[in-house]
Amino acid sequence: MRNRMVIGTLVLLLAFPLAAKHWDQLFYVSFASRILIYAVAASSLNLILGYGGMVSFGHAAFLGIGAYTVAILMEQGVSSAWVSWPLAVGVSALFALAIGAISLRTRGVYFIMITLAFAQMVYYLLISLRAYGGEDGLNLAERSQVGFGLSLANDLTFYYVVLALGVACLYLLRRLLNARFGQVVQAIRDNETRMEAIGFPTYRYKLICFVLAGGVAGLAGALLANQSGFVSPNLLQWTQSGTLMVMVILGGVGYLYGGALGAALFLVLEEVLSAYTLHWQLGLGLVLLAIVLYAHRGVAGLFDGRAAARRGADG
Amino acid sequence: MAVLILEQTLNGLQFGLMLFLMAAGLTLVFGIMDLINLAHGSLYMIGAYLVAAVVQATGSFLLAVVAAMMGTAAIGVLLEVSVLRRLYTRDHLSQVLATFALLLICNEVVRLIFGSQPVMLGMPAALAGPVQLLPGFSYPAFRLAVIGVGLAVAALLYVLVGRTRVGMWVRAGASNREMAAAMGIDVKLLFTAVFAVGAALCALAGAMLGPILAVQVGMGESILILAFVVIVIGGIGSIRGALVGALLVGMVDTVGRAFVPMLLRSFVSPAVASGVGPALASIAIYVLMAAVLFWRPQGLFPARA
Repeated sequence: MRNRMVIGTLVLLLAFPLAAKHWDQLFYVSFASRILIYAVAASSLNLILGYGGMVSFGHAAFLGIGAYTVAILMEQGVSSAWVSWPLAVGVSALFALAIGAISLRTRGVYFIMITLAFAQMVYYLLISLRAYGGEDGLNLAERSQVGFGLSLANDLTFYYVVLALGVACLYLLRRLLNARFGQVVQAIRDNETRMEAIGFPTYRYKLICFVLAGGVAGLAGALLANQSGFVSPNLLQWTQSGTLMVMVILGGVGYLYGGALGAALFLVLEEVLSAYTLHWQLGLGLVLLAIVLYAHRGVAGLFDGRAAARRGADG
Repeated sequence: MAVLILEQTLNGLQFGLMLFLMAAGLTLVFGIMDLINLAHGSLYMIGAYLVAAVVQATGSFLLAVVAAMMGTAAIGVLLEVSVLRRLYTRDHLSQVLATFALLLICNEVVRLIFGSQPVMLGMPAALAGPVQLLPGFSYPAFRLAVIGVGLAVAALLYVLVGRTRVGMWVRAGASNREMAAAMGIDVKLLFTAVFAVGAALCALAGAMLGPILAVQVGMGESILILAFVVIVIGGIGSIRGALVGALLVGMVDTVGRAFVPMLLRSFVSPAVASGVGPALASIAIYVLMAAVLFWRPQGLFPARA
């Protein structure tokens, strides 16, 4: 049943741009690419937040670092995706290693706040980069080059590349969570003291998880820079970290497709509401509030029989 | 140079005291009910807008401040009773999402009523000019008044929380909510009251900072983060910690902004210094917070023993 839904969604995603092209609505292809990119970013946050139990309030930093890596490399004349995208992942992962190594020594609310502090540091660091636009940001001259006669400047090609990467990320995430590593991380989330007593190096597991999530967010950032053709420190503002968190909670914390579902819902909601009114944030706020008050486990939780049973048991 | 140092120190003190007004409510809300309230900055914004509206209607700044404090406290109570009360038993994630939603709603409602252009809020005429403090050193009267108000409120809060029975309840609630409730304190009512006072203090900060900074939608977001930094440095739930943290952050931010570019100029070219300097000053606060968290994970004055 579950697999059938996944395959159905995949077919829809594959066919969607062709339909959009047929009816001459290419705008929606670009919009769908954006959704897919945010789906990757939100899924990476879901890995640490939902499965690792680490409530990071600075995830936008890794997204921004990835985006800036691609933009700065392009400014220096390196436009090959084969160089700049892996570098974006690597640089983001390195930052995640440094930030995680310090932050993971704290717990609870203090972890939330210290990750926020580091994200703010990166934010101001990028503002100070006058050579790369400072506060105003930086325009990308073109999209990254992938070779093989493909051009990402074509929105359809770009969409399929993003889709392939997104599906690969989610597939690997699923494999990771079912592997020993994923099981250990989830066990640490549920009871860290016990895992430590059994003899697992919990700090190291959590740090690796944090670095992985940072790297994947860096990839999403690299794609996002390509999609919008523009990077600016606004990408790293704390409200952006908040938005990513909202996406995950909206979709369902700790559900494999929670991040993707939440990203799609959030961006579609934003798009639809802003088409009707300038004051779309009011509607968005009300919907979010309703979800948090009445659908505790996010939208994915609504379709999850086990969660419904648990809700019933809780009264 | 001495004049500049004196001026910047006073500016830092003034900013720190205003941060304290914001942080005092936030730290008690956080400490007693374990609630992360991202909408706290919205109360500050609402307060500033109410002041601007009443000043426009009546022309009296004093009346406006009183009205705004009462109005914001009422809105705070409304928020607490209708939404926040349901969140106390929920995890931090739900609280972040719900109060983030409140923040969006507040921003849009204010934009609906007042428009998206910044609203002008003038200083009261009596305090518009400078005052000569020392021969050759004058300082804006309004900023002096802000410092005075900040010091007075800080002293009042200190006595209220540290020396009175109500204050004792508040401290008991912050250090152990269940035990306080078991001892017969109506924690629910207490918390609504704390929330109202916190909202009123936000409005006061909005009124004082409004004429200096700008009254606009989104003004609450940047100061909210600073307020969080303050309470984390000071120790969540501690008024004394909030005061020390606020003064520390206010000083580091203001003094850093003034002197880091100047210091840099003696090492690197002026163009680079003016670019990197302010950013470095902004980073300094977060470095401070990360350092405090690293060595004193519970903050400087932990409320929970």
